[in-house]
Amino acid sequence: MITAVQIDALALRRGERLLFERFDLTLRTGDAVALTGRNGAGKTSLLRAVAGLIRPEAGSVRFEGATGALEAETARAEGLHLMGHHDGLKSGRTAREELQFQGQWTGAKAEAVDQAIETMQLTRLLDIEVRRLSAGQRRRLALARLVASPRALWLLDEPLAPLDSEQRARFGDLMARHLADGGLILAAVHDPLPVQTREAQIA
Amino acid sequence: MSAFSALLRREFSLAFGRGGGPLLALAFYACVTSLAPLAAGRAPETLAAVAPGLAWLALALASLLSLERLFERDYEDGALDLLALGPIPLELTCATKCLAQWLATGAPLALAAPIAAIALGAPVSLAPLTVLAALIGGLSFAFLGGLGASLSLGSRRGGMLVAVIVLPLFTPPVIFGAGALWAFGEGLPWASGLLLLGGYTAAAVALAPIGMAAACRNALS
Repeated sequence: MITAVQIDALALRRGERLLFERFDLTLRTGDAVALTGRNGAGKTSLLRAVAGLIRPEAGSVRFEGATGALEAETARAEGLHLMGHHDGLKSGRTAREELQFQGQWTGAKAEAVDQAIETMQLTRLLDIEVRRLSAGQRRRLALARLVASPRALWLLDEPLAPLDSEQRARFGDLMARHLADGGLILAAVHDPLPVQTREAQIA
Repeated sequence: MSAFSALLRREFSLAFGRGGGPLLALAFYACVTSLAPLAAGRAPETLAAVAPGLAWLALALASLLSLERLFERDYEDGALDLLALGPIPLELTCATKCLAQWLATGAPLALAAPIAAIALGAPVSLAPLTVLAALIGGLSFAFLGGLGASLSLGSRRGGMLVAVIVLPLFTPPVIFGAGALWAFGEGLPWASGLLLLGGYTAAAVALAPIGMAAACRNALS
């Protein structure tokens, strides 16, 4: 399990453009960091670089566990959830099918998936095709895998954008519980998150 | 293991729905094989001579149909992120997608191939070999098609691009498969064609996933 993420002198390039360089950030267990910066500053790219989907131009991302440094590939495959601004749901399949697949794919137990359905209030949506769900309902469905499969590091890209105020508060509670359990959250946001966060600005 | 079977089930159900799934591929196959005699002339003996080859060529074309969306959907809706970060290597994930594609459309097409060949005038005794060759060849079509689909990720008009990338790679299986069928029909030794087809398919199954995973990583980064 990941207990710390260390980002050292990270530089990211997209095509010809250097997004940022010499970015340092350390996340420890229980930390929530809100990444801020103007549109196009590289918040999403930073999250994807931490997830290992983008190769950094320079610098490094390292993961630590309770017993020392973790191998990056294993840490990423087993220790983090990336929630991008796309929900990663198939429009032609029902919410139940998608939830079951995402649960099994991320190694969640069947009871944990049932629990997540309750927590995210998805019971009434289960037999509906994803294409008929609203943006907020889709986001809740996608967030259910964070609840169903416990992983330490949450990388969230504007997680609250499509949610209504009640659901934002509920997800705030979930984030607070995740942090209390020793989780780490790195989120790209424009609006403040409903939990205590540190702010990291991308220049 | 449960992640692998979950993925296979998901991909199979997606392949069934993608672009009409097996039904559309079969309908396309029926259309192409019934157009062929109109183009090639009605004389039964000319038609019978080229029947296995025509059935085989139509099979290669029908395999192309739903390939375009094999990776494109996952790329567009963000599911490819989830797949790339999954518990099994991306190479195996890509191979699973192709395997599901083969099960959902390649296998039904292989069963339709002898019907088409016989309707065009091929002898009935050719049917078992046609199914076998179509099953083996279909597997290479699925994997090479997956390679084309992953390479065209993110480009507009991906479907045409997939066809242009993939059809040259379909040349060897078309030669070996149609060659084996022709040799069987002429009473010549046909095993070598089938073996070469199997060898090419084995190479495609082994090597294409490496290319597919690299292409997906490139598209995601």
